[in-house]
Amino acid sequence: MLSKLGRSNRLILILLLLSGGLVIALLLASAFGAVTVSLPDILKMSLNKIAVSDFSPTWRAVDETIIFQIRLPRVIGSALVGAALATAGVLFQGLLRNPMADPYIIGTSAGAALGATIAMMLPINLAFLGFGLVPVAAFLGALTTVILVYNLARVGGKTPIISMLLAGFVVSALLAAVMAFMMSMSDRFGLNLRSVYSFLMGHISVTSWIQIAIVAPLVIGGIIAARFFAFRLNAFALGEEGAAYLGIEIERDKIIILALGSLLTAAAVSISGLIGFVGLVVPHAVRLSLGPDHRLLLPASALAGAVFLVIADLLARIILIPAEIPVGIITAIIGAPFFIYLLRHTRREYAF
Amino acid sequence: MVSLQARQVFFSYLNGLVLHNINLSIKAGEMVGLLGPNGSGKTTLIKLASGVLKPKQGEIKLDGSSLRQLSRKSIARSVAVVPQHFNIPFAFTTAEVVMLGRTPFLKAFVEGSEVDRQFVASALELVSISELKERRFDELSGGERQKVVLAMALAQQPKLLLLDEPTLHLDITHQVEILELVRRLNVERGLTVMAAMHDLNLAALYFDRLILLKEGRVSADGPPAQVLTEDRIREVFSAPVRVEPHPVTGVPHIVIIPKGNDTKQP
Repeated sequence: MLSKLGRSNRLILILLLLSGGLVIALLLASAFGAVTVSLPDILKMSLNKIAVSDFSPTWRAVDETIIFQIRLPRVIGSALVGAALATAGVLFQGLLRNPMADPYIIGTSAGAALGATIAMMLPINLAFLGFGLVPVAAFLGALTTVILVYNLARVGGKTPIISMLLAGFVVSALLAAVMAFMMSMSDRFGLNLRSVYSFLMGHISVTSWIQIAIVAPLVIGGIIAARFFAFRLNAFALGEEGAAYLGIEIERDKIIILALGSLLTAAAVSISGLIGFVGLVVPHAVRLSLGPDHRLLLPASALAGAVFLVIADLLARIILIPAEIPVGIITAIIGAPFFIYLLRHTRREYAF
Repeated sequence: MVSLQARQVFFSYLNGLVLHNINLSIKAGEMVGLLGPNGSGKTTLIKLASGVLKPKQGEIKLDGSSLRQLSRKSIARSVAVVPQHFNIPFAFTTAEVVMLGRTPFLKAFVEGSEVDRQFVASALELVSISELKERRFDELSGGERQKVVLAMALAQQPKLLLLDEPTLHLDITHQVEILELVRRLNVERGLTVMAAMHDLNLAALYFDRLILLKEGRVSADGPPAQVLTEDRIREVFSAPVRVEPHPVTGVPHIVIIPKGNDTKQP
């Protein structure tokens, strides 16, 4: 049915459906948790909040605090993280022409983890604009690693993609070793292993609106900027040489796409630690159902990633109330079987 | 109309000189075949002509302007390339692949306008593969794929078409189909063509001018009858051959003589 529609109508319809799904996911995730607040109450208090209505409260004052101070920032934070990781996944898979690529493939994860671990070790307790030292160090660690990998792979003014993959692999291994060393010596370094594991397994740690105010422009700006490169990413599917024949300035575009993907990943990692599978599975699933054209793949993956992570974080919060499961475990538990399903049923998806 | 000029072009990869003092001039509307043994520099010359490789010395001009001065995009608006290797890791349809040919004309967010779609449709029609447009590229046969890649190059609306061994791995039907099509575009639309070819007989049949490369230098340049002589082929390819006139067209026809038979002259 969808294929009978014109291309732009199809695009609009799919994006509308996904946006609707995101709104529903956001509402559900706001309603449920250690305390349940009914959906009508959430809608009413939201309308009151933005001063378009004046419903008399049928809810406790504490419910309003829970929704606006705790739950909404977290739910919106998970939507941003999901969208950022899925978009970064599309960018890396498209640029590297590798369907197995994920946002962490060229070392962002190892860099962020090491940065965060070092920050946890430091006996300083700084908080700046709602961010502690850990998210800032994770953000910087991720970006520094990508810059290092890119420059290591650069030879004679060119950065061949295969060199970049190899450099990313080697640098990641090195950073992981340093990190393993620090963890094995945790007593000596005064390192709290629990917080390190929490970072490694992924955990949406948004506690204030200020964090959202800083991360949201990065993520939304990054997603919009990525969309400008959609047709160039399509051309990259032919390989660097093929893309060059089609008029793409490959070295310039490569560095921009890489920078966007890394920035999105670093922004996500700073408020969520290392959440796996979102950046790998979401782009896959969307490509499988809607095709590989980046003009649709990019925005659809961003929305689908947001829906996926909002739901995963909701499950992480409610399965073992009052305990919270790290959301990275939920994404892996949903993601891995789904990925196996994709592998089994889509062997024709990728040409060899 | 477009013309291509190479003046004193030298090129080397990391390990040694590949092209040595190449001087060429290709006029608008010509159909030129590049011949030569493996490693003689045919592919490198195609890449230099497309601007993705830059000469170490010398200059290549497209319509009078140096390729160094032109942006990739402006080159791609008049030069299209059908490369030797072509694979796509994702499941694009034929129409989507041909649409990639419109890349040099696209702008972000207004990609794939009605005009672009018309160019895609007419490119598909020109190559007579309109019925394949919804099929997935990776499921097509080698011959069909080569036609899709050709359609993609034509969707670029090129004035110069560069082909790197366009008949490689194709059966005889598809070899003839591809070359007939390229020649038709050359004759009917004035498309300038330069193609690297391995098959000397096909080259003799379909190209008006042949350039023979040997170890990175131009060894001969002219019409087939002048380039494809027995002595020169023996010298350049070190293969024992006889050259006879083609029974129908009269162009040189190369017959390979297996070892042990080469002394038997009629």
